[in-house]
Amino acid sequence: MTSAKSGDGAPHLPKAPTGISGLDAITYGGLPAGRPTLIAGPAGAGKSLFGLTFLVNGANLYGEPGVLISFEEQARDIAANSASLGYDLPGLIDSDKLVIDYVRVERSEIEESGEYDLEGLFVRLGFAIDKVGAKRIVLDTLEALFSGLGDGPILRAELRRLFEWLKERDVTAVITAEKGDDDRLTRHGIEEYISDCVISLDNRVEDQITTRRLRVLKYRGSAHGTNEYPFLIDEGGISVLPITSAGLQHSISNVVVPSGIKGIDAMLGVGGYYCGSSVLVSGTSGTGKTIFAASFVDAACKRGERVIFFSFEESKEQIIRNTRSVGIDLEAHVDAGLLCIEAARPSLFGLEMHLTLMNRTIERMNPSVVVIDPISALRGPVTEVHAMLLRMVDLLKVKSITALFTNLTGLAASDATDHGLSSLMDTWIGLHHLEANGERNNVLYVLKARGMSHSNQIREYQITNSGVDLIEAYVGPAGVLTGTARQAQEAIERDEALQLRQDADRRRREFTAKQAMIERQILEMRAALSEDQLELERINEQIEGRERRIEADRLAMATRRGAAE
Amino acid sequence: MMNDDGDKDSSGKGTDPSVEEEDLPDGHYRLRLYVAGQSPKSLAAIANLNRLCAVHLPGCHSIEVVDLVKNPELAAADQVLAVPTLVRRLPPPIKRIIGTLADVDKVLVGLELRRDDQ
Repeated sequence: MTSAKSGDGAPHLPKAPTGISGLDAITYGGLPAGRPTLIAGPAGAGKSLFGLTFLVNGANLYGEPGVLISFEEQARDIAANSASLGYDLPGLIDSDKLVIDYVRVERSEIEESGEYDLEGLFVRLGFAIDKVGAKRIVLDTLEALFSGLGDGPILRAELRRLFEWLKERDVTAVITAEKGDDDRLTRHGIEEYISDCVISLDNRVEDQITTRRLRVLKYRGSAHGTNEYPFLIDEGGISVLPITSAGLQHSISNVVVPSGIKGIDAMLGVGGYYCGSSVLVSGTSGTGKTIFAASFVDAACKRGERVIFFSFEESKEQIIRNTRSVGIDLEAHVDAGLLCIEAARPSLFGLEMHLTLMNRTIERMNPSVVVIDPISALRGPVTEVHAMLLRMVDLLKVKSITALFTNLTGLAASDATDHGLSSLMDTWIGLHHLEANGERNNVLYVLKARGMSHSNQIREYQITNSGVDLIEAYVGPAGVLTGTARQAQEAIERDEALQLRQDADRRRREFTAKQAMIERQILEMRAALSEDQLELERINEQIEGRERRIEADRLAMATRRGAAE
Repeated sequence: MMNDDGDKDSSGKGTDPSVEEEDLPDGHYRLRLYVAGQSPKSLAAIANLNRLCAVHLPGCHSIEVVDLVKNPELAAADQVLAVPTLVRRLPPPIKRIIGTLADVDKVLVGLELRRDDQ
């Protein structure tokens, strides 16, 4: 028996865990140990299975042997019915961990004469409890006594004594009871004897879809979740989803995960989505929402992370084939055990059931990325869809799972569902068709991205056979140009650029030619100058020669005159 | 007042139902009374049964008293819940009467010794 924390910090009430994880979370540890708990609900709500699960888990997981007193089914029927859930009752009985006693109460076989008490039942319970040293006992359905023995003061007094006796024996008892008419909790009002813990099961049909719900009506001496929680019965037993135990206490992360599309990473200030955030990709039909999701999945799997892809519109094979056509090989990731694609029609279950199923898959696989494609397929009243998604988002955030939701919108830019969803999402990418000039072109923009700066541009994108390509935006005088208009504009720009480039080339060539010519001229002029210099030197030499000759002549004449005198 | 057939078993010993399948004449009533200890209700039921059999079934009945406090394992076999419970094991079918057997008419109806409308 484990004593779990009670929510209010009061002295810890010992609790007997049920082994049904969601229920133990709601009740902060399980049922009150050593006290009786009433489980009430209509036929087929799963009361007996709850009781049986409590016993089997007690024996297998918590070392507490148990006793099942069945007023409705023979032991062999119980064993056969529960074998499909993987419960090995004969094995437990053989190893003295479980006793099943079938108590038959048949009105027509019983005549009453004078006073009696139920000591016979007490003897049988005591005998069974002592046989295995039971710490747990299930009485299913105790109210059968009322049909067998009549609703008289003796029976009521004996029931009161029974519950006191069970407490004295210090066994944790589960008593099941059929729901009464007119909103009475039980048909015979036995809730007045069991005041420690009362759990109500329900099985409601709304819009032809059945949803099982559980509620802890009362838990004396312990805090407990008070909401209605959806639960699921299938081959895995009982799963309860404690929705609002999530809340906003989740830790946040600054780690960034790439979106799988380069262009989108560039539009988001931090280069991707925050780890553990919720991303909404909304768009009209045919904008490639699933491919955006698949790109994200592909990137995550390539990093070696585990991913769950919940598909409500396409089958697993369809998704694999369709994404392969854009160059994304999801099958390899499936084969590697990194990717789990769960496809289910939304109308197969109620919203709560989907949530519960998804929760179980997530718990089993422990992924780092979850994709839900698309949330618009979930049908139901807007408030309920919103509530379900809120729980889903909370649940994923608590586990720090990055979630990508796709949403199909109408042709109008945003509708009511979008508005309701917006507050839940951290990042919202809108995909749209733009119709102009006789063609439709895809554009996307980031509506919001919490905690990061992001591009305000409307960007055109194309889905090619190698994934999603974002194309540089062209913003013209009349807004963003897309498709052929953009191409035409780009062609004009290309022509202009070419022209400019050609002009520049020509000018460069002209300049080079001019430069060469001038340099040649400079050389010619230099040559002329040097000729002039040579001429000048020659003249100077002539002048000097003449002067030397005149001087020599004068000397010769003087010599000659001196001899004559 | 006690019938020879009935008083010796109040200790609950030797009450295995399969042991005493001796030949019994037609119309013989084999009765088993389940009680819990020596409570006033148990004692009253034993006394009432012996008195009733002496009057209505003289010489053609056997009574076996089972004390569940001593033999708790026997309660399940006869589907005993209430105490005291009188089980008519013969003649078939098995009949059950619960209580101290104070209301003789109801016991007689229960044992099919008297029809309801008489």
